[in-house]
Amino acid sequence: MNILVCISKSPDTTSKIAFTEGNSKFDENGVQYIVNPYDEWYALVRALELKETIGGNVTIITVGNAGDEAIIRKALAIGADNAVRIDAEPTDAYFVATQIAAYAKKNAFDLVLTGKETINYNGSQVGGMIAEHLELPYVSLASKLDVAGNVVTLEQEIVGGLQVVEVNTPVVVSCAKGMAEQRIPNMRGIMAARTKPLEVIAPESIELFTQYETYQLPDAKKACTMIDPANMESLVELLHNEAKVI
Amino acid sequence: MKTLVFINSNHFAAKASLEVITYAKKLGGEVVAVTYGSQEGADQLGAYGASKVLVDNSLTVADEQQITKLVASAVESTGATTVIFSHDLVAKAVAPRLSVKLKAGLISGAIALPETGNGFTCKVNVFSGKAFATVSVKTDIKIISLLPNSIQPENIGGSAVVESFNANVGASAIKVVSTKKPEGSIPLPEAELVVSAGRGLKGPENWGMVEELATALGAATACSRPVADIGWRPHHEHVGQTGVAIRPNLYIAAGISGAIQHLAGVNGSKVIVVINSDPEAPFFKAADYGVVGDAFDVLPKLTEAIKKFKNAN
Repeated sequence: MNILVCISKSPDTTSKIAFTEGNSKFDENGVQYIVNPYDEWYALVRALELKETIGGNVTIITVGNAGDEAIIRKALAIGADNAVRIDAEPTDAYFVATQIAAYAKKNAFDLVLTGKETINYNGSQVGGMIAEHLELPYVSLASKLDVAGNVVTLEQEIVGGLQVVEVNTPVVVSCAKGMAEQRIPNMRGIMAARTKPLEVIAPESIELFTQYETYQLPDAKKACTMIDPANMESLVELLHNEAKVI
Repeated sequence: MKTLVFINSNHFAAKASLEVITYAKKLGGEVVAVTYGSQEGADQLGAYGASKVLVDNSLTVADEQQITKLVASAVESTGATTVIFSHDLVAKAVAPRLSVKLKAGLISGAIALPETGNGFTCKVNVFSGKAFATVSVKTDIKIISLLPNSIQPENIGGSAVVESFNANVGASAIKVVSTKKPEGSIPLPEAELVVSAGRGLKGPENWGMVEELATALGAATACSRPVADIGWRPHHEHVGQTGVAIRPNLYIAAGISGAIQHLAGVNGSKVIVVINSDPEAPFFKAADYGVVGDAFDVLPKLTEAIKKFKNAN
């Protein structure tokens, strides 16, 4: 089974979110980048589990600059076989998906996995866009993934519930919680990652669809109004007259 | 200018559907809705601003690849220049596909109407609710996927023509083996009022008082991650970074400390009430109203106070 796992970098979940250059850029000062958790814990680890049980190869791919080598090596240390970096600034989801789809078209993958979304842009777009480029079925927000021959069985979240679906390979899947558990790379993995192949390829020229113009932090929250636990009538009164939510 | 709105099959009365019709109407210009399945009740979208509803009756179930073809075909036949989705699980798979198919820029997770004075920009949530971004769309056709609870539906009393529309979307490549849907509950992302509880409740047998408060309020119930992980509550109730992200008008959290991953799923709520016995719980920093007290004592009192309020109003 030949598996492509799309990874993205995202700021550590505890990072302070701030912006610079007239609020047009994310302030990277002091920010620690990690592999986007959905890409790592669910997509990559499930791909490795499949490889361990049925054999195959796991390629990771990212769109980013040379500075992203650290997260690529981390993913290789967890166990991916080889990596591809498309050497470009990932400006929006369409750009990223189109670059990855162009690579995937030239290489026959049975499974293309993404995380359900990145924790910085939360768009949930890249998987669906890759699928449309490749004219493949797409199963989004899958929480289980099993393979028997060329049939993939998945459990996915649907509006108000869950469903189990079957689809033939090749297929694109976005991975959510439940699919696998986090793996910590061991020393052998870290050493091996240093010499695993990392291919850097030039980006395709792609039309600009959208642009992040400016960023804004939410207004500072006013201090919490404390209510006497014995007087819930006053809380109800405030929710009705002040907050106007009931 | 024409705006096309995708409505989930048989969801003509759903609040999320009325929100997107209202949103489309506010863009100005004609609003056409497209859906599939039964057309029964489709005309009620007229009251919120749709002048026409296209229904593909040849489909009863459809996967996202088929829905993408349906919407693309409706864009072609109506000449619409803007396409609106409610940002739900269907839209998260369809809107990106449609973006590629139509070569149309997608704004995913919009929280406001677009600004069209200078180009076309729209505000979205980013960094898991910790910031907003203004995104511009450069393409001729624009797609917006609107977060639920971003706009109030407005009944303006119009009427809609319902037409059959056969898009010939072909067969599905995905076979649905089974479906599990809990009956009768309000889908969490659409709920305006949510009552949530965490490990502070000490065990699943104590959820009765959470449900009683939710019933008194007409609210949906939710829970924190540890509670879903140990199986006290079903996974679809888990709100937070790895669960569902919600933005109700009122979020009441009892016995939840407020870890950053939990906040990422609820920080879009308009009003947050936190009930916790630990005055140092980090959640109080994100709360509008706080009650330091034992949930076992406070929840029943709050339920009583809500019942009294409802009876008086």
